[in-house]
Amino acid sequence: MATQNTKTLARLMMAPSVLLLLVWMIVPLAMTLWFSFQNYNLLDPSNVSFTGLFNYQFFYTDPAFFQSIWNTLVIVVGVLLITVIGGIAIALLLDQPIFGQGIVRILVISPFFVMPPVAALIWKNMIMHPGYGVLADINKFFGLQPVDWFARYPLFSIVIIVAWQWLPFATLILLTALQSLDGEQKEAAEMDGANFLSRFIYLVLPHLARAITVVILIQTIFLLGVYAEILVTTNGGPGYASTNLAFLIYRTALLGYDVGGASAGGIIAVVLANIVAFFLMRAVGKNLDR
Amino acid sequence: MGSITLQKVSKVFGEAKVIPSIDLEINNGEFVVFVGPSGCGKSTLLRLIAGLEDVSGGHILIDGKDVTDAAPAARGLAMVFQSYALYPHMSVRKNIAFPLKMAKMEQPAIDKKVEAAARVLNLTDYLERRPSQLSGGQRQRVAIGRAIVREPSAFLFDEPLSNLDAALRGTMRLEISDLHHQLKTTMIYVTHDQVEAMTMADKIVVLNRGNIEQVGSPLELYKTPRNLFVAGFIGSPHMNFVTGSYAQSKNAKTAGIRPEHLILSKDSGLWTGTVKVAEHLGADTFLHLDVDGIGQVTARAGGEFGAQYGDRVYLTPDEAKLHRFDDKGLALRA
Amino acid sequence: MARSVTTRHKVTATAAAWVVALIIFFPILYTLITSIKTEPEAIAGFSLWPSGTFENYITVQTQRDYFKPFMNSVILSVGSTILALIIAIPSAWAMAFSPTKRTKDILMWMLSTKMMPAVAVLVPIYLMFRDFGLLDSRIGLTVMLTLINLPIVVWMLYTYFREIPGEILEASRMDGAGLWQEIVYVLTPMAVPGIASTLLLNIILAWNESFWTIRLSTTNAAPLTAFIASFSSPQGLFWAKLSAASTMAIAPILILGWFSQKQLVRGLTFGAVK
Repeated sequence: MATQNTKTLARLMMAPSVLLLLVWMIVPLAMTLWFSFQNYNLLDPSNVSFTGLFNYQFFYTDPAFFQSIWNTLVIVVGVLLITVIGGIAIALLLDQPIFGQGIVRILVISPFFVMPPVAALIWKNMIMHPGYGVLADINKFFGLQPVDWFARYPLFSIVIIVAWQWLPFATLILLTALQSLDGEQKEAAEMDGANFLSRFIYLVLPHLARAITVVILIQTIFLLGVYAEILVTTNGGPGYASTNLAFLIYRTALLGYDVGGASAGGIIAVVLANIVAFFLMRAVGKNLDR
Repeated sequence: MGSITLQKVSKVFGEAKVIPSIDLEINNGEFVVFVGPSGCGKSTLLRLIAGLEDVSGGHILIDGKDVTDAAPAARGLAMVFQSYALYPHMSVRKNIAFPLKMAKMEQPAIDKKVEAAARVLNLTDYLERRPSQLSGGQRQRVAIGRAIVREPSAFLFDEPLSNLDAALRGTMRLEISDLHHQLKTTMIYVTHDQVEAMTMADKIVVLNRGNIEQVGSPLELYKTPRNLFVAGFIGSPHMNFVTGSYAQSKNAKTAGIRPEHLILSKDSGLWTGTVKVAEHLGADTFLHLDVDGIGQVTARAGGEFGAQYGDRVYLTPDEAKLHRFDDKGLALRA
Repeated sequence: MARSVTTRHKVTATAAAWVVALIIFFPILYTLITSIKTEPEAIAGFSLWPSGTFENYITVQTQRDYFKPFMNSVILSVGSTILALIIAIPSAWAMAFSPTKRTKDILMWMLSTKMMPAVAVLVPIYLMFRDFGLLDSRIGLTVMLTLINLPIVVWMLYTYFREIPGEILEASRMDGAGLWQEIVYVLTPMAVPGIASTLLLNIILAWNESFWTIRLSTTNAAPLTAFIASFSSPQGLFWAKLSAASTMAIAPILILGWFSQKQLVRGLTFGAVK
């Protein structure tokens, strides 16, 4: 479609965003990589020296590191399970003809717009607080002992909060995908004698496969970096019980002043994220060819 | 004025040679139709003339002036697109006025021209509407209106009727032909529909794989197709091609006979066939037959011909209207 | 017969959907209710009937100066979004209407920058901000949020621009429009809905960004995310005031969000689900 003139112009117009992102990506990453091989502590900034792989070794031998990796996995997998299964169920429900669909939709997607610190505070104080939370009130109503959620089940509590925030996202995307399913296909399947379950397994689920993939991958990117929810509720504790990799790096860097150690952790996080990103890019990339 | 000359024009997209090399002369005031199957390069050729694509080689002359490197707007041509390409955020009036506004014409003059065009195209009552509030045929007329107000030296039409239903297509075909007679401006019209080509053109250019197969008036192409491709493409239903002993008896590799040049009979004839499908249209009857020793043949009888599925009928080709082709597919003339 | 079955089905589905929706919305609803309770009411056990006082809102403003972080949130989210749009519109335009063999690669690469975990660059960014005196500055945070969201902005605009038929732009060229006129009279008016959606979604994302805004600000430039996070330590406010502060922090964006539901799907999936 283009002639030579417009092509040259196009390159010029793309330059600012490409250059900015290039700088923004390469400079900090290069610095992180460099720091990760240094012995560099902010409390003793004059004494910087090359230490090779010591920081990685330090991270690797720290029991907190493995716990944080494990916790990261628990958060990602736990939230994904809840949001994808719950999201499919709610999407199927909202796809039915119902009264007040618009309002129901608005109610369901609202948690997504709640900023993470607010979400965490609401759950910490309004819902899960052992003294004044709604769950404690319910327990008292049944004559049960209230549960101190963040002390007894810190990681589980965080999974619940994060899942509450992401369930609307999964629901909304799956619902959108569901609504793009050709009505005639459903009718044809009905004519062919397929009941609800077989329609779901053979027609709806394959149709949703792509949307589910996208939900899983995008959420994973964000879930790997869950931060504010932990900061506001448990602050990573008790001990390291609810510290994920992102939070551990933050602790090492800004509470422990250990630049080198935190950088090594950062590089590990990049590697983990890249594995996920690789698959996400392929899923999104296919869309471009269409 | 609007004579257009193409000299050795070629177009290459990456590896693909869409148009190897084309020479063509279009005279002022002619209605020229580029016709061919999809992917034959007819739209690309039109876009090269319009200046929407750069040529890879050769020259384009308009009224003798070389415009090969000129911007689209500088060529003095107007184009009607397949999707009409109306500006959705502008009223019909503003759509038609847009080229005049770009030419920095005075507002009163613009209004006068827009209203004149709207009268010609029956759009006066719709001037303040948005394109989305118009029917397909009306949108088409707006697109044409936007083209005629510029008083271009030539109009370019890129499959303009393909988004309309069959009835409207017939009407718009007449309107465009009528417009051509009124304006007497050169028109280049791209279509894959040979009926549009046959009914509207002064001159048809049949394209195939980026090459011109034949140039001529509709009846020239119908009566004396230069090769198998043109013979098969022009005419509806398609010409029947017969090979084997019958063709050899006529000193040809392939013999071509149009459905309307087969004489049908229930009593006697040269060939015998079984009716597979009979289409009774009232004015015509089309029979799709399995002819013994020949194969699949389509025949047309004027008026009603009482034959049903499975009937045996007789056919005789009208030898005077037989087309003969050699082993390269080129027509043999007697 | 068939009709009554359909109606019954609809009633059942409606009941189920409303129950689910209310459970999901409950934490927000209860926060809203608690915000207009008195402090003793707020901790007196479960109740959906507040006495309807607005005192908490007044207290949050007078004691904690709510307006300042609110304005910071507005400035940061709107400022970074507009900045991102200014940088992204020409790029997206070029990629959509003048694609080359490398356009797809560039888009994918831009997306990949979005996947870099924030913690990985926390240290260098923090040190750079410190050395350039950008810590706790609105300019620093605006630039940060601009860069973070730039890939999404380019992508969203690209998917919107790509839906504008090329034939219309060609028509304008045939009609004698130069590049500038093409952009002003044809492209921009047609792209406005897409640009507006992008603007809206990006403001939401920037408003809720809770890693950099918390880490790189303390008081002067602190937006609502950092303001609210400072309540995590229990001293100071109580339940009802906390609820009032929370409500004020999320209300503007919640309402914006309700208007941008449809664009949200597209923006967040980079056009993979529409």
